[in-house]
Amino acid sequence: MAILGFLVRRILTGIVVVWLVATGAFFLFFARPVATVAHQLAGRAATPQVINEVISNLGLNQPIMVQYWHFLDGLLHGNLGYSYYNQEAVTTMLKQDLPPTISLVVGGVILWLVVGLTVGIISATRARSLFDRTSSVAVLIGLSMPVFVIGELLILIVFVPLQQHGITWINTGYAGISQGVLTWMGHMILPWITLATVQAAVYTRLMRGQLLDTMGEDYIRTARSKGLSERRVTFKHGVRSALTPVVSQLGVDVGQLLGGVVVVEAVFGLGGLGQVSVEAIDTDNLPVIIGFVIIAAAFVVAANIVVDLLYALLDPRVRIA
Amino acid sequence: MSITGIEAASQEAAAGESALDTGAAKIQGRSQWQLTWRRLRQDKVAMAALVVILVIVLLAIFAPVFVSFTHHPPNIAYPNTGEDAAGNPVAPGTNGFWLGTDGTGRDLFIRILYGARISLFVGFFTTFVGVVAGLAVGLMAGYFGGFVDTVLARFTDAVLAFPYIVLALALAVVLGPSLTVIIGVISFFSWAAIARIVRGQTLSIKEKEYIEAARSLGAGPFRIMIFDILPNLLAPVLVLATLYIPTAIVFEATLSYLGLGIQPPTASWGNILADAQNFYSTSWWYVVFPALVLLITTLAFNLLGDGVRDAMDPRTERVFAAGRGRRGRKGREKRQVLAEDGSDAAHAAPYVPPAEGS
Repeated sequence: MAILGFLVRRILTGIVVVWLVATGAFFLFFARPVATVAHQLAGRAATPQVINEVISNLGLNQPIMVQYWHFLDGLLHGNLGYSYYNQEAVTTMLKQDLPPTISLVVGGVILWLVVGLTVGIISATRARSLFDRTSSVAVLIGLSMPVFVIGELLILIVFVPLQQHGITWINTGYAGISQGVLTWMGHMILPWITLATVQAAVYTRLMRGQLLDTMGEDYIRTARSKGLSERRVTFKHGVRSALTPVVSQLGVDVGQLLGGVVVVEAVFGLGGLGQVSVEAIDTDNLPVIIGFVIIAAAFVVAANIVVDLLYALLDPRVRIA
Repeated sequence: MSITGIEAASQEAAAGESALDTGAAKIQGRSQWQLTWRRLRQDKVAMAALVVILVIVLLAIFAPVFVSFTHHPPNIAYPNTGEDAAGNPVAPGTNGFWLGTDGTGRDLFIRILYGARISLFVGFFTTFVGVVAGLAVGLMAGYFGGFVDTVLARFTDAVLAFPYIVLALALAVVLGPSLTVIIGVISFFSWAAIARIVRGQTLSIKEKEYIEAARSLGAGPFRIMIFDILPNLLAPVLVLATLYIPTAIVFEATLSYLGLGIQPPTASWGNILADAQNFYSTSWWYVVFPALVLLITTLAFNLLGDGVRDAMDPRTERVFAAGRGRRGRKGREKRQVLAEDGSDAAHAAPYVPPAEGS
């Protein structure tokens, strides 16, 4: 029951947060005079008549509160408005761009956690070994690398030479999973590595530090003196407790993850939510950007709820309250 | 030296101070900052990083001087000398272009230098804003507590979890991308981490007796915050600031790369790298040099920041010169070994430096 109450409370506050973000995003519409927006859409040579037509077509001449009401009403019905240009529903547009983004996020997160935690655990259990020192240097370089630089260097060093030698499995752009899992992976592998590198560095460092601290605790000595194997001590007693701060870091990083997604999509031309939103800036397509902002907020809120649940599962001392 | 200074010094370097007291009388008056600088100077990696940073800063400042050498202003294209027959950039060393040219036949070296001006300016300026704002928010939240703390701490958490690219997207589309927007966005995200640390420190410092003494003498809250608490916070904040500068530089480069920041023709490392995308297969230098400069800069700041942190806190020890932060107990057991072979000078607490000018 405790969990149920917690979930209900978190979801309710989450809805309030999304509503606040959506409201903020909505009022961005009006940060510029309506006429400027219409003028941009109608083109340079537009007559005042055409501009007025554009304004009334978009409903921009109604009182703000009426527009806000329509906006909220649409939001509740899962309607994020329509593109300024082709009247396509924003939800339809964004839905089309969802598969590359989901592929990127899921694969990237798995890769970063697996690499980060594994390297961190090995480094901690063999502190000061050659492996530890090498990984420390790699971590430092990884931390200093902007995501897009990693992506560009991967393209320059891996993709271009492979293409020149006729190996086309590794590719840029996006290929749906329906075109075959192998093709899909070939298109996603560089984006995954790019997205995962910086984060893996952060988690390697965090995991190593936490595990080293944990392994110095008294209960670890107790476990060892019971005659447990070192492997069992490390994983059952050490790693489990060292994971707790790692999971809470995960909650903070979800927001950063979105930033990484936008960049990686742009570098590899994957399409996807982020790239489409960045492109919408060039065309001043506000509804698309506002749609992205709201979806991003909902994603961060949902991910944080999941992280909090994980946190409680992992550490029995954490009470869900 | 103020009372607070002594307090901090005695906390941070308790072991070192007592050892120094029994040593030569000459050394007694050393402040914590002098001790830190002394330790930092022993750190070869951090000093190398500092030199690299100074070189980059000088290169940026004297960018116009290099223009007078190469006669290639940053925003002028040279279609005849700067592009080959196919219209691609020319390679490094051709026709007086030291690092080659970019996609429109402009001098890549000069553009990288001018990009450094933007990057460093954004890095230093936004970090400064972040430090001031972070100190203000953290001090108020920690000192006043209660309702103020709840509101400020929640706000800080919200900022930390907010995806910065999303805000940058929204602002760029409403206000139009520009240097001002970039500085605004980066500053907005720069203070939160500092505020969180400052708040925690303030919470513990405000319970100390000397704060009570100040209060009983009639000092108001702002006087206590600025004159009694603030000086104790400068050390951790300095470390955070050094480590935030590379973050801000990466931030700027990323936004400019996405076209949300510095607009062409003004050069920025981010937009140079964005333009380089079309020339992967023909002109490696176009990607490699700006990427390398960006990487070296951020790496240097990270190394210096780690060095400063280790110098501030003599309890930390390192795997090797570029080693990371604090170790667990398991690591500390090995400290002796390291101190003996002299590779860990930061730890030799009773170390009495030769009487040289600092």
